[in-house]
Amino acid sequence: MLKIGVPSKGRLQELTFQWFGKHSVTMRQTGNDREYSGAVDGIDGVELVLLSAGEIPRELSAGRIHLGVTGTDLIRDKLADWDRQVTSLAPLGFGHADLIIAVPAVWIDVDTVDDLDAAASAFRAAHGFRLRIATKYHRLVRDFLTAQGVADYQLVDSQGATEGTIRNLTAEAVADITSSGETLRANHLKILSDALILQSQAELFLSHQADWDAATRATLSDLLTRLSLPEPAL
Amino acid sequence: MTPKSAIRAQAEILFVAFRAEGALPVDADILLPAETLLDLYGEDIRARAYVTSDPLRGEMMLRPDFTVPVVQAHMAHGADPARYCYMGEVFRKQDHLGPRASEYLQVGFEVFDRAAPEQADAQVFALFARLLSDLNLRPATGDIGILMAAVRGLSTTDRRKAALLRHIWRPKRFRALLDRFAGRAPVPEARTKLLERLAQDTPEALIAAAGTFTGLRSAQEITARAAALIEDAATAPIAAPEAALLYDLLSLEAPAQAALTHLRGITPLLPAIAPAVDRFATRLDALKASGIDITTLPFQASHGRTSLEYYDGFVFSFHAADPALPPVASGGRYDALTAVLGQGRSIPAVGGVIRPGLVAALKGA
Repeated sequence: MLKIGVPSKGRLQELTFQWFGKHSVTMRQTGNDREYSGAVDGIDGVELVLLSAGEIPRELSAGRIHLGVTGTDLIRDKLADWDRQVTSLAPLGFGHADLIIAVPAVWIDVDTVDDLDAAASAFRAAHGFRLRIATKYHRLVRDFLTAQGVADYQLVDSQGATEGTIRNLTAEAVADITSSGETLRANHLKILSDALILQSQAELFLSHQADWDAATRATLSDLLTRLSLPEPAL
Repeated sequence: MTPKSAIRAQAEILFVAFRAEGALPVDADILLPAETLLDLYGEDIRARAYVTSDPLRGEMMLRPDFTVPVVQAHMAHGADPARYCYMGEVFRKQDHLGPRASEYLQVGFEVFDRAAPEQADAQVFALFARLLSDLNLRPATGDIGILMAAVRGLSTTDRRKAALLRHIWRPKRFRALLDRFAGRAPVPEARTKLLERLAQDTPEALIAAAGTFTGLRSAQEITARAAALIEDAATAPIAAPEAALLYDLLSLEAPAQAALTHLRGITPLLPAIAPAVDRFATRLDALKASGIDITTLPFQASHGRTSLEYYDGFVFSFHAADPALPPVASGGRYDALTAVLGQGRSIPAVGGVIRPGLVAALKGA
């Protein structure tokens, strides 16, 4: 069976089902709507696995699913050498979000990464600790700031309500995904003009680690033909 | 794969050679408090070191190098002068699939000595060159001290010099700052707009107009930086000839003796580097006296300018022919680090490490 991991609930699942549906591959949840079991109609040999979107990168990496739908941000943050572990088969055109760095709007002196770096230096001298940036995207943010040569900052973990950390005085800046920027504005934050770390959307990924035997390869071929996608090298 | 027993045998040989130089063996902890390393190296170290947590001592790191524990041990109860050697595993997280080891042996040698630092530099380098002489390695040397002296000698504001010195180990940001201070890069649009607004209104008024105040960074801190930006905007660019000298220095790459001749040539134009160039000359004399051919010894003024480093003077490394391999040995002078870890005290220090795993592999063991 070719296992395909899709988000277990919510808007992402709905849009994933719609995207496959447009290509005559019908995905549906079976049982009642709280039961995490699903089915795929219109093609043989495909098993639907409902997973939390955040766990799909790990499952792809381990090869427990052959294909998976998740965000670019999660794949690149959670998987080291992501492009050697998975291949993106197609961007799905939804779930758009930008990973950005935001600071309080009252920081009139800070608009760029260069400003943030200078502010971090002065902040450390004044407060005796490194300027705190709250995020859940540790790898992406650290890689970005290292490449930019930013010093005197520290990342603090925030798994949710990240914008609130500044008001709560547990961070001075945040690095988070945003689509409209409304939550940022509501929390009196502004986005740095040159700190777009990643533009993310939902993508269909293929696992290199999964067991690609003759049967699953044939199923993949069939599926890709329906989806009008080229076959990747396995 | 080289057998571990062969690697350990090489390590023992090197360790005995360091002891023969009068070095005292040091046993360092493997679990180190993360805070010290984070304060020293910044957040970048998290990408390189294994972080774990101790229920009582908080965040700990598996030793990514020996320098910090050796310096700490010396600053706590070391003799003056002192020489140390050590042998043991270091741990480096690898973020890319590939042949780089995440756990390997290091054997190292450190000299803490106030007298004749250039002699000590030369002794350490010559010792490493001798121990590695049958491996046909390519040496590389540099001197961060010359670059730092050149920055300190620029005719510009202390603030600009401090900004450049702070990023001396981050070539990309250093270059961006230098380009801006030298007028070679345009002022960012947002900065121009802010300066226009600051010409119309006080920082306090602009802060009030920006909305609800949030966060720990205070209005005074924001105002102080706004004032610094106004001052900086009124500062003349670093004069073109002076900037040209610094760019020239950043790209200086020549055999050591020829590099000295070049540096002597530019010293009248940048007199602040004179003492650093004199030290370079003294070191070359000492290297020559130790039997090193300084007419062929490679020198690069920017060598050793990578993050996670703390060298502030002489730097060196030894490389195998295969560019995919990490350096077989590396080291340098780190006087400032002893001040950071010494809580008010400091001592000139120079040293380096050898990777016996690579030595054994190159020997075909």
